[in-house]
Amino acid sequence: MIAISLKVNGQRHDVPDVEPRMLLSDLLRDRLGLTGTHVGCEHGVCGACTILVNGDSVRSCLMLAVQVDGADILTVEGLGSPEDLNVLQSQFREHHGLQCGYCTPGMLMTGEDMLRKYPLATDEDIREGLSGNLCRCTGYQNIVAAIRSAAALRSERKS
Amino acid sequence: MNSDRPANRSDVLRPKNVGAPIRRTEDPRLLTGSGEYTADRMPDRPLHLAFLRSGQPHAKITRIDTTAASEAAGVVAVLTAEEIVDDFKPVIPFSRMANYYATPILPLASGKVRYVGEAIAAIVATSRYLAEDALELIEVDYEPLKPIARAELAVAEDAPLLHEEAGTNVLIAREFKKGDVGKDMAAAAVRVGGRFEMTRKAPLAMEPRSYTAEYEKRRDALTLYTSSNIPGIIRDAISESLSLPGHRLRVVAPDVGGSFGSKGSLYPEELLICIAARRLRRSIKWTADRLEDISSSSQAFSEIVDAEMGFDANGTATTLQADVIGDVGAFSIYPWTCGLEPVQVVSFLPGPYKIQSYRGAVRGVATCKPPTGPYRGVGRPVSTFVCERLMDMGAKALGIDPLEIRRRNLVRAEEFPYRIASGIIWDKTGFIECLDAAAEAAGYVQLRKHQAHARESGRLFGIGIASYAELTGIGSRIAVAPGMPINTGSETAKITIDSTGAITAAFGVASHGQGLETTLGQIIADDLGARFEDIRVVQGDSDEVPMSTGTYASRSAVLGGGAAKHASAILQAKLRRVASHLLEASTEDLEVTDGKVAVLGTDRSVTFKQIAKAVYSDMKTLPVDAREELTATYTYDPINGTTAAATHIAAVEIDPATCFVKIHKFVVAEDCGRIINPMIVDGQVHGGVAQGIGAALFEELIYDDDGQLLSASLVDYVIPSAPEVPLMDVVHVESESAVAGGFRGMGEGGTIGAPAAIANAIADALSPFDIDVSILPMTPERIFRLIQNAKLKAKEKS
Repeated sequence: MIAISLKVNGQRHDVPDVEPRMLLSDLLRDRLGLTGTHVGCEHGVCGACTILVNGDSVRSCLMLAVQVDGADILTVEGLGSPEDLNVLQSQFREHHGLQCGYCTPGMLMTGEDMLRKYPLATDEDIREGLSGNLCRCTGYQNIVAAIRSAAALRSERKS
Repeated sequence: MNSDRPANRSDVLRPKNVGAPIRRTEDPRLLTGSGEYTADRMPDRPLHLAFLRSGQPHAKITRIDTTAASEAAGVVAVLTAEEIVDDFKPVIPFSRMANYYATPILPLASGKVRYVGEAIAAIVATSRYLAEDALELIEVDYEPLKPIARAELAVAEDAPLLHEEAGTNVLIAREFKKGDVGKDMAAAAVRVGGRFEMTRKAPLAMEPRSYTAEYEKRRDALTLYTSSNIPGIIRDAISESLSLPGHRLRVVAPDVGGSFGSKGSLYPEELLICIAARRLRRSIKWTADRLEDISSSSQAFSEIVDAEMGFDANGTATTLQADVIGDVGAFSIYPWTCGLEPVQVVSFLPGPYKIQSYRGAVRGVATCKPPTGPYRGVGRPVSTFVCERLMDMGAKALGIDPLEIRRRNLVRAEEFPYRIASGIIWDKTGFIECLDAAAEAAGYVQLRKHQAHARESGRLFGIGIASYAELTGIGSRIAVAPGMPINTGSETAKITIDSTGAITAAFGVASHGQGLETTLGQIIADDLGARFEDIRVVQGDSDEVPMSTGTYASRSAVLGGGAAKHASAILQAKLRRVASHLLEASTEDLEVTDGKVAVLGTDRSVTFKQIAKAVYSDMKTLPVDAREELTATYTYDPINGTTAAATHIAAVEIDPATCFVKIHKFVVAEDCGRIINPMIVDGQVHGGVAQGIGAALFEELIYDDDGQLLSASLVDYVIPSAPEVPLMDVVHVESESAVAGGFRGMGEGGTIGAPAAIANAIADALSPFDIDVSILPMTPERIFRLIQNAKLKAKEKS
C-alpha cells in the first residue's frame, strides 16, 4: 500500500492506502466518490474517463492512482454545478449535445482541453480533436455545435 | 445547414410546450457528474461479483473445482450451476410460434458451454480486484465438442446439436406467402436478385451492462438497480424465477448510458446477482468490462438473404421472394425470443412498396455465439438494405432513375391504410412526401449533375436512396415479438399533486438517453395546464406503477405520451371540480394554465398549491365529498399503433487509392407525426444515422471457425468517431397519426435507412466497374477486393 496526496477540483485529498495496481479511474470513483468520471472501455479507446491532470487531458483508466501523487486534477465535478453550469456545459445543453450522458463527462473534459489550447477555427478541427472520444447516441453533430459555440463565446470574451 | 422545416402546420395552433425545442430536464445533472448510473450506486459495504467465462465455443463441462478460489483473499463465495440449482426456476422465452424451440435462460452454464464468453462460475468478493484475482484459481475441465461457427454449418447434415433436447439447430422457422410468386416471376419483364449479407454487429452502448443488487435485511427484500431498458419485464421475470413477490423485489433503471437494444433482454447476470444477494444477505455490485460486454451482450443482425424481385416493363415491382438464414447464436432471449430479429427481416421485406406477391421464408439457427437480440431497427435495417438494393438493381436494369422507380412503387396518400404482401398494415403516413422532401433537400437533380462531372474526371462518386416504413408505438393487437405471451401494448401514467402542490408523474417507460423526462413533461404541462418546470417525471422504477415493461420498439412517446395525455385530462377535470367550489364558478367557465385555475375573463384564480391545500389540509373550505384525491392513473393502449417512414439520401465518394468511403452529404426526410421536441427528434435521427453509418462502413463482429471473437475490443470493433460522421440534414414531414396526440415513434429509424442508402451510394459510385454491393460493412478491404476482381474480370474479357 502506498500513501498519495493529490488535489482534485481544488480540494486536497490524502489517501494513505493505495494499492499500486489501482487504476486512477477507480480511485476517483470508488475512493473519492467522484462518480462523474465514467468508465466505458478500460482500454483507453472510448475516452469516457477523460480528466485533466496538471492541465492536460488523460484517460484515467490508463493511469495508475499512484502516478498522480502530487498532481492537480480536474474532473467533470469541477467544471460547474447543476445550478451554475460553465460555458461549455451550458452550450452542450443549448445544443442538445448529450443524450444518455455516459460519454458526456469525457467529451466535456476533452472539450475543455481543446478550448484552452487550440483555436478550433473549423468544424474539421473540432471533429479531429474529438476523434478520441466515442459517443453512440448523438452522431456528434450537436457536440460539435456546442464546442463551436463555446469557442465563439471564448473569443468574444477575449476580445 | 440543418434545415428543420415543420411542414404545413399552423404554428399558431401549437400548444406551448409540445412542439417547442425545450432544453432537457436531464441535462443539468448529467453535465455535472451528478447523474446516477447503476455503477454509481454505493450501498453499504457492497460485495463485488466477477464471472468466469468460457473460452471454449462448445464443450461439455466435466469438472469444476472451486476449492482454491474459495480460499483466496477477499472471496466470500464461489457459485456454480450446481451450487445454485435450488435457488431459481429457469426463465423460458415462451412463444406461441409454431416451429420454435425455447431454450431456457440459466444464470450459469450447466453441463455444457455453448459460446465463448458464457458465464460458468461467479466469484463474490470484497472488491472487484480480488474477485477477478480469484477467477484464475477456478479449475474447469472440458470435453471439447465440435463448434458450430457459422449458420450454414448448423444446418448441414452432420452438424452437431447445440441443444440436444431441441433435436435440431433450427430454433425457429417461418414462412410468409401471398399470391403466386412463381407465376409473377415468370411474367416479370426484369428479375433482379442476389445473396445479401448483413454481418453481426454489437449495439455497443457506451455504458457497459451493470447491475447492483441492494439487499434489505429487515424484510428479505431486494432492489435491483439495472442498466436495463426493460426494468418492468425484468422485475416480473426475476420475481417468477426467484419466487419473490413484487413488493419484495423492486427493479430500478436509474440513469442508463444507452442501450440500443443490448440492455433490452433478461440476462443471466441479472438473475445471478439477485440469487447471490439473497443467499449472502448482502448488497452486490457488478459492471461488465468492455470485453465482457461485447462478448456476452446480445448481438445484432447476422443474416444471409437470398432474394429476388420481379418488375414489369414500367418499373412496377410485382413480386418478391426471399430465403433468410439468421445466425441467432446459442440461446433464445427473454422475452423476445430468437425469432425477433430474423422473423422481422421477412415480415418487413416488402417495405413501403405495393408488391403484389411475396414469399419470405426464414430459419433462425443456433450457433456457438452469444444470442442475437434487439438492436435499433430490429430486422428492418437488413430488410431495407435488401429491398432497397433490389429496387436500385431493378432501376438500373430498366434504365429508370432510382428516385422515379420508388415514386412508382411507394404506397400513395390515397391508398392508406395499406396491407403489404407480408400482412403488415401501414396507416396513413407521408411515404411519397418523404421521398420528395428528401430529394428536394438533397438537391437531387443538381447532385446528379455534380456526379456526372465527377465521373468525367474519373472520380468514384455515388448517390444512394433508401425509403422505408416501420411500425411504431404498437398496441396490444400486435405482439412486439411474434407469439410472445407478455403484454407490450400498453403503458401507464400516474400523475399526482401532493399536499404541497408538487406534481409527480410516474411512468413504466424507461429512458436511456431519449429524454423522456423532458418530452413527457412537455405533454403533461400542456394537457394538465401546469408549468413545465413544476413537473417531476419518474420512470424506470417498478415500485411506481403496478405494471410496466419499459422503453423499446419506438414506443415510449406514443404509449407513454398517450397515457400522459389521458391521465392529465382526468386530473385536470378533478382540479376544475375543486376549483369550481373555491371560485364559485361553473367548471365550463374555468381555464387551466400555468399551474392555476382561473375564471375566464376575470382575474379570479387559484393555484394548484391552493387547490391541494383545500383538498388535503384545510378541513373547512370544501365539503367532504368534494375532497377528491388529486391523482389520476391511466393505462393507454393504442391497439394497433402507428407507422413511421422516411427517405434517406446519401452522396459518397470512394478514394480509389485507399478505398475509404467519404460521405459528402446525408439527408433524412422523415415523418414521425406530431413532434414533441424538435431538438430531441433531430438528435435521435442523428444518432440513428451514425449507427447506420457504422453498420454500413465499419462495424463487424468477426468470429473465426473455432467460434472465437476476433474483434473484441474497441480497437478491432470500430464504431464511427466524429470525423467519420458527416453533417446531417434532417427534414420533417409532420403528418399527424391517428393515436392520442398524433405522435409516431421515431427512435430507431436512422439506423434503418442509413445502411441501405449508403450501400446504394457505394454501388452507384462503383457502377463504372459494374460491381454489386451485397454485404455490409463495405470496409476498404472489401471495396479493394471488389475493384480488383472487377478489373481482373474486365481484363479476362478483353
